[in-house]
Amino acid sequence: MVSAVKATQGAVVFDLAVQPLRELNQFLHGDLTSIKTVAVENPDGAHSIAVGLNAPVQVDIKGHAGYYAAGMNQEATVVVHGNAGPGCAENMMSGRVEVKGFASGGAGASAHGGLLVIHGDAGLRCGISLKGGTIVVGGDVGSFSAFMAQAGTMVVCGDAGDGLGDSLYEAVIYVRGEVKSLGADARLEPMSAADLATVKQLLADAGLAHAASEFKRIASAKTLYHWNADSNQTY
Amino acid sequence: MSTKSTPDSSPPQGSLSREESAGFNSQVINYIQRAAATGLYEIRGLGAKRHLPHFDDLLFLGASLSRYALEGYREKCSSKTILGTRFAKKPIELEIPITVAGMSFGALSANVKEALGRAATEMGTSTTTGDGGMTAEERQSSKTLVYQCLPSRYGFNPDDVRRADAIEIVIGQGAKPGGGGMLLGQKVSPRVAKMRTLPAGVDQRSACRHPDWTGPDDLAIKIKELREITDWEKPIYVKVGATRVFHDVKLAVHSGADVVVVDGMQGGTAATQVAFIEHVGIPTLAAVRQAVDALEDLNMKDQVQLIVSGGIRSGADVAKALAMGADAVAIGQGILIALGCNAESYVQKGAHLSALADYHKIGTAPGFCHHCQTGKCPVGVTTQDAILEQRLEPLVGAQRVRNYLKTLNMELTMIARACGKQDVHHLEREDLVAVTIEAAAMAGIPLAGTSWVPGRNGF
Repeated sequence: MVSAVKATQGAVVFDLAVQPLRELNQFLHGDLTSIKTVAVENPDGAHSIAVGLNAPVQVDIKGHAGYYAAGMNQEATVVVHGNAGPGCAENMMSGRVEVKGFASGGAGASAHGGLLVIHGDAGLRCGISLKGGTIVVGGDVGSFSAFMAQAGTMVVCGDAGDGLGDSLYEAVIYVRGEVKSLGADARLEPMSAADLATVKQLLADAGLAHAASEFKRIASAKTLYHWNADSNQTY
Repeated sequence: MSTKSTPDSSPPQGSLSREESAGFNSQVINYIQRAAATGLYEIRGLGAKRHLPHFDDLLFLGASLSRYALEGYREKCSSKTILGTRFAKKPIELEIPITVAGMSFGALSANVKEALGRAATEMGTSTTTGDGGMTAEERQSSKTLVYQCLPSRYGFNPDDVRRADAIEIVIGQGAKPGGGGMLLGQKVSPRVAKMRTLPAGVDQRSACRHPDWTGPDDLAIKIKELREITDWEKPIYVKVGATRVFHDVKLAVHSGADVVVVDGMQGGTAATQVAFIEHVGIPTLAAVRQAVDALEDLNMKDQVQLIVSGGIRSGADVAKALAMGADAVAIGQGILIALGCNAESYVQKGAHLSALADYHKIGTAPGFCHHCQTGKCPVGVTTQDAILEQRLEPLVGAQRVRNYLKTLNMELTMIARACGKQDVHHLEREDLVAVTIEAAAMAGIPLAGTSWVPGRNGF
């Protein structure tokens, strides 16, 4: 298997035009202590590229990725030099996933940790069910983004679609542009000094040049945390 | 005692003035009064209480002159069960076809999860996590642990995916097909909250749809992702709540499942709206038939294994499910009852202590309790309360569950031998008859003493 891999000074190249995806992922799940970077040539929108990584390696996907690129990532840095399909960096635990182009629906879904940077726009349900991860989107996000987001942070440099932050728990969203509509229980809140510092830091981490002062904060009004019922009455 | 009647202004029982309405009976009146008082639907635990056609409505045709019986106490009858042979490199091998259904840490205490793991391991079967992630206790105590991937993804993480022996993608459950999980604030303890990344004490309503895929075509890609993450080692189950079972099982097979789990409407829940429990889904009996039809239609019977759950209680139920075409069953409520659910007492250091006062406090009594949603389980099974959970000692619970599973398997093999089978998986439809027309129609099994299967052959 490794014979098909060109390895020089810790740099490895996989060509998905000739090597099966299974071989790439199996390699990425092996001992990577001597490997620094892995380049994936001709990804051609293949699904599940570089999923389940658990090592501080850098993977460069040299083109477009299909569904679930860098799914469940731990520790690794995965860069998609193109667009990413649905569920990019879904359930990421740690590390960094960067999409140079656009990302489809469910980007960063249920991510528990790590940083997802999308330089272009993100589709529907970006950051749905977020559980502690951080997502920075250079462009716009689609409708129902941060739906039921439980913890973590989302920074949107463009506009947000309908129903942003519906049924939010403790996650916080920062939006620079327009919000078409807020979801149930999401509300605008004033930016504190801590918020400004957070946004400034995340923009710097993502390599995006905006002023933190241009962002507004959206968080949960917490009215859905408990059921409302006039339950004291009896017959 | 005086024989003189006491003056009473209310009319005597049975008189027209006290005739109860069939439509608006005392239960319905109580329901309406409660709704009017609270403005909120009623939520409870366990499964459907209404009468439904069930495995009780089927009987076995034991061997006689036309079939050759096996010696019940002497001849071997295998109950070994293998699940996940389609794509997984490491299929699940079980000693018995009776598994422990997915029940969450949160719904159940950590002690209970440990007890289930111990019992299942001793009996050579599997346990299943639930909508709250995997606890260290259950992983440690379970030789074979199935890890659920649910819409909520609470605590879902790649380390546990790799630690699991199989992955079960939960589309729905029989108690509430189309609904997400629910855990009321009183059970969202600090540990449960941390595992689910939620503020402690919130009334938690989980998502009903997965966050990163929508239809069956997406599910096929999702399953491949999980296979890639696990290097194609672990079987992938797909669990559906029983509704349009024929189509759902076909779609699960098309999506690439190794095993399909079909949960009928009698399946239990830790907390669900009563309207959901009693009015959504189809009975397990009908679901098994449709699931088997789907697998046979695709010529995938025995390539994709079928696990059936939802109100399975006894070895006879297991035998009937297997005869209808299931490869294994999963049990939830029966296991809870084995642990002590609805018992009058609990065991502490060998002594039986009464739980009656605590049943009374939550407005119920042993035999009727379905108050899992309160978190105040008087016998320490479905609770997160630090004091109540001590009432279930893991070793006591493990012994009871082991005994229960052992009994079921003995009953199962006894019936199989009586039907002349050396392997419980050789039980077949031909061994069954139905005693009601409803069951005959749903199960596709002839009415006893006839060759009539309602709905087949034009009438």
